[in-house]
Amino acid sequence: MVCTKKGFRVFANAVMVTLAMCCVLPFILLISSSVTDEATLMKNGYAFIPETVNFMAYQYLFQSFGGILRAYGMTVFVTAIGAFLNVSMTMFMAYLLSKRDLPGRSFISFFIFFTMLFSGGMVPSYIVWSQYMHVGDSVFALICPNLLLGGYNVILMRTYFTTNVPQEILEAAEMDSCSEIGKLFHISIPLSKPMISTVALFSALAYWNDWINGIYYLTRRKDLYTIQNVLNSMMNNVQFLKENTLDAASAQIVNQIPTQGVRMAIAVISVLPILVIYPFFQKAFIKGIVIGGVKG
Amino acid sequence: MQKAKRTRKNPGTKKQTAKKLRKYMPLYLLSLPGFIYLIINNYLPMGGLILAFKKYSFAKGIIESPWNGIQNFTFLFGSKWAKIMFRNTICYNLVFLVLGTSFAIFVAILLSVIGHKLAKQTYQTLILIPHLVSTVLIGYLVFAFLSEKNGFINNGILMPIGAKPVSWYTQAGYWPVILVIVQLWRSFGFQSIVYFATIIGFDKTYYEAAVMDGASVGQQIFRITLPLLKPTVIILIIMALGRMFASDFGLFYQVPQNSGLLYSVTTTIDTFVYRTLMQDHDVGRSLAAGFLQSILGFVVVMITNAVVRKVDNESALF
Repeated sequence: MVCTKKGFRVFANAVMVTLAMCCVLPFILLISSSVTDEATLMKNGYAFIPETVNFMAYQYLFQSFGGILRAYGMTVFVTAIGAFLNVSMTMFMAYLLSKRDLPGRSFISFFIFFTMLFSGGMVPSYIVWSQYMHVGDSVFALICPNLLLGGYNVILMRTYFTTNVPQEILEAAEMDSCSEIGKLFHISIPLSKPMISTVALFSALAYWNDWINGIYYLTRRKDLYTIQNVLNSMMNNVQFLKENTLDAASAQIVNQIPTQGVRMAIAVISVLPILVIYPFFQKAFIKGIVIGGVKG
Repeated sequence: MQKAKRTRKNPGTKKQTAKKLRKYMPLYLLSLPGFIYLIINNYLPMGGLILAFKKYSFAKGIIESPWNGIQNFTFLFGSKWAKIMFRNTICYNLVFLVLGTSFAIFVAILLSVIGHKLAKQTYQTLILIPHLVSTVLIGYLVFAFLSEKNGFINNGILMPIGAKPVSWYTQAGYWPVILVIVQLWRSFGFQSIVYFATIIGFDKTYYEAAVMDGASVGQQIFRITLPLLKPTVIILIIMALGRMFASDFGLFYQVPQNSGLLYSVTTTIDTFVYRTLMQDHDVGRSLAAGFLQSILGFVVVMITNAVVRKVDNESALF
């Protein structure tokens, strides 16, 4: 839009600054609460500017709280494996579909597209995964249900393969007796890096942020909890913190846990990696939203 | 969505097909895990929907469990929650759709008039932050504001001005507003980027010509931007209508902290299914609720798509 009036542009900037602040301030409140000492928290509540700064909550988390590093490791592991498998399967299926003369192509397209239109919902899905696939209370519960492959991404990537990988190059490679798999790895994948990294990004984010699989399928093995599941348990009861304190033998230590601060500290730790690396991938992220949102 | 084109079959293509099958065999095999996954994760649960008409027993499994007609449904509608959860799911979705769409378009238009590149980039980056985090974390952010003892609203605003602190997590009346604000907060950035990307794709000459003719900013918005934006808005609304019976489990479960006193305004189909299945172990009711959610959702998608195809073939999803 061509905006000649300076007034409207000032208005636009003012609104955007306000909105941007609204998006950032809650995180500031979270961080500042996590570095306030327990007594001040009790007195003043959560505040944007900490009256006194101390890192007791973090100290407790890393020294005495048994679950945190394990849960962190679990999240990293599940995110890495899950995103890797997701991207590979998405790529392979999309590449198969990008072959125009593929026997059975329209059936396969429909097979994938229909999963986007209709779903059995949570209960049958829960029954299939827990009663038939027996993923309950194992690490597979965090990786397999729902997050491993989405029809939507397959179709987006199929479109990317067909529009961004020139047919001539593929034909030339075929002349040089390059196999189909060779063409995939030497031509299509290198030429589709932006799309592949976008799918990887969104898949990794979905795994990092997922807590639903944990609460449905990990009913006994709390030791497999990811950081999000730990957060979820702590929101429901602070008891979880006390049960997982390493030397809980002495009741004194248990009573000294800075519970209010620790809650916020775990929340900060869970989101910090995302916020730290976000500036580096924000361009790919915005691009992914645009591709996914408009083409849909 | 691209429409699959059927290739006409010529006589004597059998040999060719066999040759192609052989040529592409490695690719079929590579995709096999994906197919198997979709069968397990998507198609088996679709078949599992018949369980809504069975008395499910974990020992007997899907096939062996005995039929019990529509008992699960009569049982479901016998409880007061059936009405509440459908009302909540649909009403929240409608409010989210109307407010979310108009606010996102408003923000997208503001973004498009800002000339300064760095400022524009910074705004986009910042308003997307809420979209990056999990709903559990959003629950914590809300808790930092609303906690009765320590929350910022009570301690930082209400008490200093002499008002009484409010026990937010026990008073249902506030929650429709709180949930709408939270949902808008987390989704407006994402949605406005989608609209913004569409707006910057518009032909610049329209605006240049309009300015030559002395069009004001308001006229440019209402006469050019909004009409051009219409197809995108329609597509996104169809997609949202298809999710009319779905709700974000996290928003209604994590953000109100699953507080029993708030159930009348926070129970949606998804939280109901979770509660009946995992906490009350009442499989029948959760199956019936889930069945209605799946079928109604599918019906709504098919109807809206059919209507759109009639009105404007280009905008139809399939």
